[in-house]
Amino acid sequence: MSDLWIHPSLIFLIGAVLLPLVPQAARKGWLLLIPILAFARIITMSSGTFGVLHVANFELTFGRVDRLSQVFGYIMGLMAIIGTLYGLHVKRAAEHIAAWTYVAGSIGALYAGDFITLFLFWEVMAIASTFLIWFRGREQSIATGYRYLLVHMAGGVALLAGIMLTYKATHSLAFNPLDVLHPTAGTWLITIGFMLNAAVPPLHAWLPDAYGEATFNGSVFMCAFTTKTAVYALLRGVPGFQILIPLGVIMALYGVVYAVLENDSRRLLAYHVISQVGYMVAGVGLANLDTPFGRLAFNGVCAHAFAHILYKGLLFMGCGTVLHQTGESKFTELGGLYKKMPVTFVLTLIGGLSISAFPLFSGFVSKSMIVQAGFDSHMLWVGFLLMLASAGTFLHTGLKVPYYIFFGKNNCKPQTWEKAKDPVWNMTVAMSIAAFLCIFIGSYTPYLYGKLPLQVDYQPYNTGHVMETLQILLFTALGFFLMLKKLTPEAKISLDLDIIYRKGGPAFLWLAKKPIQAVDTFVGEIYNSGGLIPLMRTSRFVGVFDSAVIDGIVDGFASGFRNFGARLRGAQRGAIQQNLTAAFGLGAVVLLAYLFIF
Amino acid sequence: MPLVRFIDFLRDRLGLVIKACIGLLALLVVADIAIVLLSHSHEAAAAVGPDLASAPSEVEAVHGFWAHLYHIAETIPVFWSVFGFIACVLIVYVSKWYGHLKVGHTHIMAPEDFYNE
Repeated sequence: MSDLWIHPSLIFLIGAVLLPLVPQAARKGWLLLIPILAFARIITMSSGTFGVLHVANFELTFGRVDRLSQVFGYIMGLMAIIGTLYGLHVKRAAEHIAAWTYVAGSIGALYAGDFITLFLFWEVMAIASTFLIWFRGREQSIATGYRYLLVHMAGGVALLAGIMLTYKATHSLAFNPLDVLHPTAGTWLITIGFMLNAAVPPLHAWLPDAYGEATFNGSVFMCAFTTKTAVYALLRGVPGFQILIPLGVIMALYGVVYAVLENDSRRLLAYHVISQVGYMVAGVGLANLDTPFGRLAFNGVCAHAFAHILYKGLLFMGCGTVLHQTGESKFTELGGLYKKMPVTFVLTLIGGLSISAFPLFSGFVSKSMIVQAGFDSHMLWVGFLLMLASAGTFLHTGLKVPYYIFFGKNNCKPQTWEKAKDPVWNMTVAMSIAAFLCIFIGSYTPYLYGKLPLQVDYQPYNTGHVMETLQILLFTALGFFLMLKKLTPEAKISLDLDIIYRKGGPAFLWLAKKPIQAVDTFVGEIYNSGGLIPLMRTSRFVGVFDSAVIDGIVDGFASGFRNFGARLRGAQRGAIQQNLTAAFGLGAVVLLAYLFIF
Repeated sequence: MPLVRFIDFLRDRLGLVIKACIGLLALLVVADIAIVLLSHSHEAAAAVGPDLASAPSEVEAVHGFWAHLYHIAETIPVFWSVFGFIACVLIVYVSKWYGHLKVGHTHIMAPEDFYNE
């Protein structure tokens, strides 16, 4: 146990708690100070194990600092600064508090050395980020938020169940690589919990649902933290788990297909989060550390997560700016905006070129490590299909997003056009920092490669790689402009697997109304004719006995039941937040009880 | 705003811009052919395609669809141009086909008020 070791999450949490007390005049200073302090704390932490707490029989490790947690910690700390700067002008303190608590959860999960601590921060992340959706304040935001929360609670339960099973089998709670060659039920459940947060199909539909609905700056935080924390957890917990290779490739292509159909710019970006995280998930599957390609994949996952957080943040900032300024995020309501928002256009384009892995931009030096590992692993289909997905990435994020917002047919309503202009300084500066870093990472590889956990022996800039990338990208662009008519966005939504729980509710209501009601009526009839009438006859005979002896006892029971019923009713009607809190608390109690007993 | 003026300048000369882009594509193809021919003449290991220094062994390169594709990628110039173009067309057509699949009374691409009924 170290004497004084300040957890970076603690800085965010203290900053969040004190924020409402900070006078309005000093608010902006505070908003900048806290993330910068936390980032400074992250980069000055030395490797080792800190913040060990003994609770009852087991020990909680809050600070496992090593090269793997540090590369993720660095980029998340940096993104917290950029994200907060981007929303600096937001007046409502609660939005900043939610964002910082969310960041604290994420960073806490990174440095967690045991499963209990991981789970704790995992849930903090889920709950805090839900508020970023609710704060949008639209009617549908409430429903979207609940869906998001419930899905993540379900994922949390899977994770918790996996942790319990693993503990029972190994008597260890340490968060270290699990045996992926002989996966147990516990390993599967933990992986499923991680996969839900990484949005691996079929557990992915929450992501576009939530990221398309969150506040303009909420999505900037969300796109950076949840999925990348999950990627970290997968890389830490189940590196080399082969099932993740096909799943990752499916993800990479799945996101691309939906991006073709999507009309909402932020939902399109969300589908490309799925696609990009697919590369990382496939990389985790390849990351068998006993092989050279596995080590390349391991580094590649870290590098790609690092680059991804910046360019995806930049893209969400670009589209968020359009939403913030005009109130619109759909392609069918936008177009031709380069005249009104030229700076936003250029910065968004830089994000698009980075995600598309253009030479000199960040995606080029990170994505290729995973693709290369795919080819080196001799699983050639992995390499080729990821190459195919790269074409799709450029097609949508590099071309479709900038084209249909800033060029193309001008679909803007007069008031949209009127409102459109480049944003306030802090949003521009935040985007510029991210854009600068995207180019810097792509042009000066030692900056990123020097932070990777393993020794890197990889050189992205060789003639073959540059030529092959340029050919794919430029001929994809040719295809885009030839098929421009076919690609025109339609004012439609695309159905995804969330239909199961979005339409599941009404289906259940129908079931309750029609068949179950019918059965209920039928049973009632039988009871009335066959049960109640003879009972009433009998009752006359026992009346005397009843009033004299039994009343006393029954009354006691009855009042007892009534009280219990009232409590139960309260629980049923109580706000869903309370129920969730209760369920979460109960889960924790069950876990603790379990740990003490076994 | 100079940036807007520059974009307008290019838009006013759209025909020329398109010709320049096509020229660029042609240049890329020529360069790729030159590089592949040169590297073959030098029997160099590194050419276009996935890093050939760590290519799968000869045994694997002879069978299977992917191995075949890999073999083409490393020997035929402009493979990746064709790959990029076909990928783009494939993605658009497959996605559009998927979007028009029927789901119950609607399609994957459903009306915007689908969930509000």
